[in-house]
Amino acid sequence: MNSSAQATMPGILAVGISRIGYELKTYLRTPDSMFFNFSFPLMMLLVFSIAFSGNDFGIPALGIEVTSAQYFLPAMVAMGIFISGAQNLGIDIAIERNDGTLKRLAGSPIAPVSYFIGKFGQVLVTGFAQLVLLLIVGGVILGGGLPTSADRWLTLAWIFFLGIMASAVIGITISALPRSAKSATSVIVPPILILQFISGVYLQFSQLPEWLQNVASIFPLKWIAQGMRYVFLPDAYQGAEIDGVWNLPGVALVLVVWFVVGTIGAALTFRWVRRN
Amino acid sequence: MSELAVAVEALTKRYGDLVAVDDISFNIDQGETFVLLGPNGAGKSVTIEILEGFRHRTSGEVRVLGMDPAKADREFKSRVGIVLQQAGDLGRLSVRQTLTHFASLYPNPRSVDEVIYAVDLAQKADIAIRKLSGGQQHRVDVALGMIGNPELLFLDEPTTGFDPEVRRQFWQVIEGLKAEGTTIMLTTHYLDEAEALGDRAGVIIAGELVAIDQVHSIGGAEMRVPVVRWLEGGVERSERTSEPAQFVASLAERLGHEPERLNVRTPTLEDVYLAMLDGRSSR
Repeated sequence: MNSSAQATMPGILAVGISRIGYELKTYLRTPDSMFFNFSFPLMMLLVFSIAFSGNDFGIPALGIEVTSAQYFLPAMVAMGIFISGAQNLGIDIAIERNDGTLKRLAGSPIAPVSYFIGKFGQVLVTGFAQLVLLLIVGGVILGGGLPTSADRWLTLAWIFFLGIMASAVIGITISALPRSAKSATSVIVPPILILQFISGVYLQFSQLPEWLQNVASIFPLKWIAQGMRYVFLPDAYQGAEIDGVWNLPGVALVLVVWFVVGTIGAALTFRWVRRN
Repeated sequence: MSELAVAVEALTKRYGDLVAVDDISFNIDQGETFVLLGPNGAGKSVTIEILEGFRHRTSGEVRVLGMDPAKADREFKSRVGIVLQQAGDLGRLSVRQTLTHFASLYPNPRSVDEVIYAVDLAQKADIAIRKLSGGQQHRVDVALGMIGNPELLFLDEPTTGFDPEVRRQFWQVIEGLKAEGTTIMLTTHYLDEAEALGDRAGVIIAGELVAIDQVHSIGGAEMRVPVVRWLEGGVERSERTSEPAQFVASLAERLGHEPERLNVRTPTLEDVYLAMLDGRSSR
């Protein structure tokens, strides 16, 4: 017996935490993900806030005025949370599976759980950095405003956390779809972009046809965006929501259900190596 | 007690009607370097990937370090090293960052500096892997295969597409591991590689193991009988004989002069291998 067999295996949690640093270093050096995942909501916020800066998004009947920055900030925060998880991991893991990264890991004694701790850590850290940047640029510099009460800050925190966890497991699951590293972006991005259009990110949700609203309500992005409107918009804006309520319990329920469904989907579909 | 590093008994792998590996058996002793030699598509990669735990076999018995690779667990993976065919994946971080990270995955890794030195990348240790040349990147692959201090190292066609100088550098790294007592299994279709590195070799053609022996006696004594060639009356003649010197002497005597274009040659592994390939394709 070789003595190495007796040495203790590195802990699953310790390896997972060291993976977070490794993942983050790699993320920072990947221009594609820095552009399409990290900076994208910020760029969209700038474009929409400036393009519609002459418009009032308020409700005249109630005497509420809402600037374009204030209106688009919650939408872009929601979009950032969703793409930091779903789009980023969907593309990232699809590329890793098809370029040999995962095969290499599969030949090492890393536990899959450690790998996922690294991915969740990467998503939480980059998603949080993106959120802070959106708050500074959209909330402070463009004057969109920050949450006005402790309750709203708390709501921002739990929706961020639940939203990013649900989006991350969705991303892990859909990473099984692209058949090659090259096609990863073109398979993952278009459906997510369409989802942004029907979930109230670019277009006002209440003005979409009802059937389209129903389709969007299946997916988590619509609910994240709705919760973020509560966080950033005046309370009277509630009147523009479905049934005239923010429905935060509904937001929590949908995100938890998606996290559970996504976790099961990820566990069933995840493979280090594509079987042929 | 010398436990076998690898024991393969009646291994078969089918994909539908296609038989990729057909009832092959072989063993690898601890500390031995075993080469699986064969043309492209013969079943070399499928065989080594079954032993690595990447593919499942259809039937047969396989033991690697006493374990079944189809149930490869973390202990199995900590005791074997795998050098993949290409490194498309490791671009962004430096050699040292990547090796340090992979070392942290193993219970008893080698020192990162020692491995960097062994693969001769000390000058490039802090450069992003994507900026290295192809040969240097491949030495990173080997470094990653050995960082966990494996008892058994697998290399699947490690030098395909390399220029001769890079191949020689690579062989030196493998020689170093052999000298330390690491058991090595590699696949290749290069005969000089089998001759340079292997203790024993198996030849696999169309999924069947057609020969297995010490590298220098593979194919059997018969195939290594020297061949004498000469020109007689404008016709090329040849004779296989185990006593070539005596044959040439009597030939000169019979002809009454020096034989034209006289050539005496003991078949190399390459000749033996090519004869085997010919034998198979003409059947």
